[in-house]
Formats: sequence, C-alpha cells, structure tokens
Amino acid sequence: MELFRGVNVDWLRLKWYFLGFSLIFSVAGIVSMGWHWAHIGSPVPLSVDFRGGTQLQVQFTQTPDLNKIRSATSGAGMKDASVVNYDEPRNNEVLISLPEQTNESSLDQGRQQIVDALHAHYDNPFTVRNTQVVGPTVGKQLEKQAGLATLYSMLGMLVYLWFRFQLIYGVAAVVACFHDTLITVGAFALTGQEISLTVIAAILTLVGYSMNDTIVVFDRIRENLRLSRRESLPDVVNRSINQTLSRTVLTSGLTFLTVLSLYIFGGQVLRGFSFALVVGILIGTYSSIAVAAPMLVAWQEWRGTKGKPTALPAAKRARV
Amino acid sequence: MKKNLNSKIALIVAVLVVCVYGMIGVPSGFSGKALTQALAQRIHLGLDLRGGAHLILQVVVSEAVSAETDNTAGRIQQDLRAAGLTFSQVYKPDPAKPGVIRVEGTAQAKANTVRSTLDAKYSNEYDLTGGGADNTWTLTMKPPVLLALEKKTVQQAIEAIRDRVDSLGVSEPTIQEYGLGENQILVELPGIDDLDRVKSIIQSTARLEIHAVVGGPYPDEAAALASVGGALPADEVLKHGSGALATGSDADSVYVLQRISVVAGSDFRSADPGTDQNGLRNVHFTLTNEAGDRFYEYTSANVGRSMAVVMGDRVREVASIKNAIRDSGQIDGSFTADEVLILSKMLRTGALPASLNYLEDRTVGASLGADSIRQGVTAAIVGILVVMAFMLFYYRGSGINADLALVMNLLILLGFMGFSTATLTLPGIAGVILTIGMGVDSNVLIFERIREEVRAGKAAAAAVDQGFAHAWVTIIDTHVTTIVSAAILFLFGTGPVRGFATTLTIGLGANLFTAVFVSRVIFDSHLNKMKPGQLVSI
Repeated sequence: MELFRGVNVDWLRLKWYFLGFSLIFSVAGIVSMGWHWAHIGSPVPLSVDFRGGTQLQVQFTQTPDLNKIRSATSGAGMKDASVVNYDEPRNNEVLISLPEQTNESSLDQGRQQIVDALHAHYDNPFTVRNTQVVGPTVGKQLEKQAGLATLYSMLGMLVYLWFRFQLIYGVAAVVACFHDTLITVGAFALTGQEISLTVIAAILTLVGYSMNDTIVVFDRIRENLRLSRRESLPDVVNRSINQTLSRTVLTSGLTFLTVLSLYIFGGQVLRGFSFALVVGILIGTYSSIAVAAPMLVAWQEWRGTKGKPTALPAAKRARV
Repeated sequence: MKKNLNSKIALIVAVLVVCVYGMIGVPSGFSGKALTQALAQRIHLGLDLRGGAHLILQVVVSEAVSAETDNTAGRIQQDLRAAGLTFSQVYKPDPAKPGVIRVEGTAQAKANTVRSTLDAKYSNEYDLTGGGADNTWTLTMKPPVLLALEKKTVQQAIEAIRDRVDSLGVSEPTIQEYGLGENQILVELPGIDDLDRVKSIIQSTARLEIHAVVGGPYPDEAAALASVGGALPADEVLKHGSGALATGSDADSVYVLQRISVVAGSDFRSADPGTDQNGLRNVHFTLTNEAGDRFYEYTSANVGRSMAVVMGDRVREVASIKNAIRDSGQIDGSFTADEVLILSKMLRTGALPASLNYLEDRTVGASLGADSIRQGVTAAIVGILVVMAFMLFYYRGSGINADLALVMNLLILLGFMGFSTATLTLPGIAGVILTIGMGVDSNVLIFERIREEVRAGKAAAAAVDQGFAHAWVTIIDTHVTTIVSAAILFLFGTGPVRGFATTLTIGLGANLFTAVFVSRVIFDSHLNKMKPGQLVSI
C-alpha cells in the first residue's frame, strides 16, 4: 500500500494561507495568555509545582459533596481553599488546594489542617492518595529552570544545525520550534489547563520532535541542492517537501497514534503531558512544511531585493 | 558478505540475550507471575509508581557559620586576656552576616600587639581589618573558608539524616545534595506515606547543646529583658522553654542563657536510652575526652548554678549543678518513646549541624502508584500494537522487519533499565511510548527511501543499499537533536522528568542499533535467499 505517491503540490504558493493560519493560532494564544496574565498574574494556569502551595488528592468512599468539603475547610479557618473534582466523578476523587504559603516554616501545617478538618466536619471516610506541598523558593527555582531548559535546548539545536547545515537553516528551524511552543502553550491558556513540570518535559520533547521533522525536510533540500544546481530554490524546496511528505505524514501519524493512546489510557496524571504532545505533534509537523521551509525561500528573496548576491543557501558539504 | 552476516546475526543474538537477562535476570519460573515478579525486581520504579515520600530540605547553613564564629569569638576573648590585652567587647555586629566578628575598645598603645595576636591565630580563616583610631577590629571569615564550612555542613546534615532515616527501615532511600548550590537536600523514601512520622524523626534531630543559665524562667521576653537591665548583652541569648521544667506550670517561659554552649552536638561519644529513679524515660550520655575536660572545668567552677539542655532551639531541661561532672551524665525530661530513641541515636551519631527548612514535600499513595502503572502499561501496549499493525499493513513483508526491530528496541531499552540504576517513572513510561513512535520514524525513513529507489528502477540489493545510505544521514541528525533536548531535560529536571529523559535517551540510542543495524541484517539475510530479479516486499 502506498499513500502520497508522486505528489506535486506547490507548497510555497500557499504561504500566505500558512501565515494566516499560524497568525490566527498564535494571536489567539497570546490574547488568551494576556487574559490570564490580567486575572491570575501568569500567562497560563500553573500547577502546584510552580505556583507553590498545598495540594491534596483525596479519594472518598461515597460520592463527595464539594460544598460540604468547602464548608469543612472554611470552618477550620482555611478561607481560600479550592475544592474541585479530579478526573471522572465516579472515582470519588477530589483535589483540595491551598494557596502558596509565604512563610517557609508554616509550609507543613496546611496538609494536616485539611486532613483534620475533613475528619472533624465531614463524615465520609477517605484516603489521601497524593499530597504535594511546594514552598515559594522551590516554585521560583523550578520556574527558572524550566525556562532555562527550554532556552538551552533551542540554543543547542541552533548550534548543531549551524554546524551541520548553515546558520539560516538553524534560525529557520528554531523559529519553527518557537512557533510550535507558542501555539502549544497557547492551547493550554485557551483551554485553561495547568502547566506542570511534566508538561514542560512534554514541551521540550516537542522541541526535539518538531526539530526532527524540520531536519528531514532540510536534509532533502540540502541533497537536492547538491544534485541539481540549476533549479531555483523554490522549486527545490517544493520538490523536497513533496518527496518527504509520505514519510512526514506517516511518522507523525504513527507518533500521533501512540500519543493519542497515552492521552486516552494514560490516566489523569499524564493528561496534561499527553495533551501537550497531541497538540504539539500536529503543529510540529505542520510547521516544518509551512514555517521552516518557506523561511529559507523568504530569506533568499529578501537578500535578492537587498541587491546582495542571490546565492542559494547551499549547505556545507556533508560527508554522506 | 555472507560470512560477515553470520557474525552480525551472532552479535544481535548476544545483545538480545544480555538484554533479556538485564530485564528479568534468571527468573524462578516461566509462568506469567514469576516473570512479572522477576521484572519488578530488576527495574527500579520511581516514587510516583511505587508510592513514597519525597522531600526537599534546605540546611540553614548560616546557623553553622554562626556557631563557628561564636566559638571563635569566645576563643578571641580568651586569647586577648591571655596576652594581657584589654577590650570592651567581642561580638557579632550583624545577625544577617554570621561570618563577621568585631572586637571593640582595645588600647590604642597596644594596637600592634592586638594585630599580631589576632593575626597569629586567625589569619588562616579570617580577614582582619580595622585597628585605626576607633580601636575597633573586624574579622571576616574568608569566602573559601565560608564556602567549605557550608559544604561541610550540608554533608554532615546528609549523614545525620541518613542515620535517622535508617531507623525507619526504608529500603533504598535516596538522600543527596540537590539543586545548584542552594544548600538543599533531596530525600526520597519509597513505600513511606506517613509524612508526619518522617518529619518528626528528621526534624527532632535539631542541634542539642548545653548552655549555662544566666537567669529565668521568666513569663515572657519582656520580663527576661527587664532582668538584664533592658538590653541583652551580646554574649547572652533568650530561649523559650516549657515552664514545667522549673516551676511546674505548663506556661511558656523564657530563659536568659550564655550564647556560647558548654557542650555541643559533636561532643558526645555515646548515648543510650534509660530511665530515671521515677521510671521516666531519659538518656544517658558520655562525652569525648576533650569535651569531658571542658565540661569538668565548667561544672566544678559553677556548682550550685544551673545549666540548660537546648534542643531544637527550645530549652528542654534545666538542671542545677550539684557537683563537678566529667564525662558522663543524663538528660531527663518528659520524653516519648520515639524521642528517647531518636535523641540517643542522634547523640551517638552526631547532631544535625544546623536546622532544616522544608521547601517541598510530596507523597504518593501506593494505590495511586499501582493505578498509574496499570494505566501507563495499558497505554504503552495499545500504542505498540497499533503501530505494529500499521507497519505490517503498510509495508507488508518489510513491516515484519520493522516490527522485529521495534520489539528488539523495547527489549534493549528495558534491559538497560534493568542493568543501570535508572528509575522508571510514569513520565518514563510515556518516554517508552514516545520512543516507539520516534523509533518507527527511522524505519519509515529507510523504507520510504528504498521505495523511491525501487521506483527509480534499481534492483533489490541496490535499492536497499541506497535506501539505507541516504536515510542514515537524516537519522543521525534527527537523533542528535532529540538526544540534545533529552540531555538538557535530564540536567534540569528532577525525579519523574529525569526518568522521562532517561528512557527517551536510552530508547533513541537503542533505536540507532535496531533500526539501522538489525533491520539491515534482516534485509540482507532476506536478500541472500531471493532469486535474481525478485522485488523486495515493501
């Protein structure tokens, strides 16, 4: 069986549509981040990992009444506890969170207070499945580390591509990656899901994955440029995308299937993680065709209008 | 070519055998249950899968620095007196800068003698400034000395915590330095979800010291201050404690104590739980020889006065000195059974050099961990089956090749996890699933390339050869970039995220071997059996 045999699409003619599509999603994400910024002070809802505070995952034996839990906690003096259902309601699981403690030494009290309040004021037997208490220091530290990790991994790839191809290839690939990260984080802002440490891991994976897809196309461009020096760059780029299209769609499709299986069967703990990958793999595949490759052509055209020699960004000769 | 092929197949089989051994060792049987058990023994599960407690503590190193400079300040006073020099006071001017000692009011005429006396003993550890017209000297702990002291403090704290945690009977606890130089310690205790007990054991191991009592108990700090004329002298300190110790009332009381301790945590040679004449729990201790001499000197000079046992920054006991004590004694007080055990253990092994702050704690119940394993494994199996079915359907004969490579990829990955000390976390299982997706990418790249070559009219052998050669360049580039991002994740991440980076990196490394080498060998052995002119099934 074979899909996409002898495809011949002029991808570069579609570039304005691509630009429009990317802009719509990026802007929607940015607007939504701005909205969150105005309301909660951070561009996306942050999980307890970054936000700091106390969070208990409690499983009750009977269907829990959230209002009764709220009155139990506020009765015990915890005014701003948030109580929400966790996962599917039939699991009888509830997430109870307290906001960040400013004082490091009082960190531990919240957890015990919640348990005591539930014992005293709510006669529904329960077990504590999971607790997380994160102090302000650690939250800040993690936030910084997550930002640095994303930055460094993009830099590392820029340098690698510079070394293997040429600077403009690296820049185009990193712009595509940034585009993917922005839209994925935007998707979290739009759907109001929390960004946790594992989501950051997913986003970094995404950076690697999107880079993969882009490199496959770039590799083909490099090879075709060497083989046919007379052909114009847009033609070479179009042909390269078409030649690799079958692989791109297949791989993305298969990876997408595995990630989808993770999203469906992986449980609530991995929901954010797999959501980031589900969105990111779609966007990452799109961006290698619609963002990275057209950027190469746009760069060359820009150089042409500047009167500089319209040299093809022919890659350094790699030993094949 | 053919001979070569046989040795390649032998290599692959050898790798397989080693990896299967890494995964399950030598299982006791071949039933499903025995195999799962063997697998569980070889592969270390992370806290999020097996349940347990995870703590991040910060050592308040400034306390250790402060204790060190307190001692130095005491020695300076002795040295100056011994050299016949006068001074108005030796004190520490700024609580926020525990490494700074100030000497005030020395005689102008003796400035040079003061300088040489201080230089002779303290110039290795401290920078000496001052000695001008105001007759004030400042000793500042040198930055490398300060850093070394802080490092040592964290190491001592780690040792002390390890000793305490051992008494919990936890298997495979992790206690190590954490973060990038912020004096933090990571403690991971698999299978423990009673955080309160953990904390009471770690926390109650704060510093233990014996101080001379200047006055008290007073009902509150204001009364205590009034007793010393409103301002606390630099060499004295206020400590809270239960009034029950001296007056029989339960109300919180305040004592005025000498700042410098007579005996500190590291001075104890042995300690054992015992009971006093009333049957109450207490701790018997013996001191080291050097500390014993010091203690004897102090107690013989202060018969009739009181000394206070300070633990966890609170006065735990006040005893009047009836006669000189050299090197053994006991600490009475209302202790619980746990407290006596911990206190005696702590005195034996050395106290925490400074107190601890809890920066973060997480617990995962064992039931949640079991659910996570079930969900993760389900997702992995479904993902693998879907991918394998698709490869068979889409690439026919070559699909078998890809599926074999995929299965071997998984075996190598799990084998590696079994051999190494790497832990498998829930995101780690996600990493395995992602490896399947990305691993199959290499096969797709190669197969698509072979198809192109076949379409271009090449013979089977040449098409396979060219397909592998062209795809190889791309595969290297894609793997390197992904491993770069996984490595950065590993460097910056913690616990679960690290587990993810580990499985992803091992999986991709294994993939280079299976998708390129193994898959090639399978193709070649197939090509050898083919009749000339026959086409590859792809």
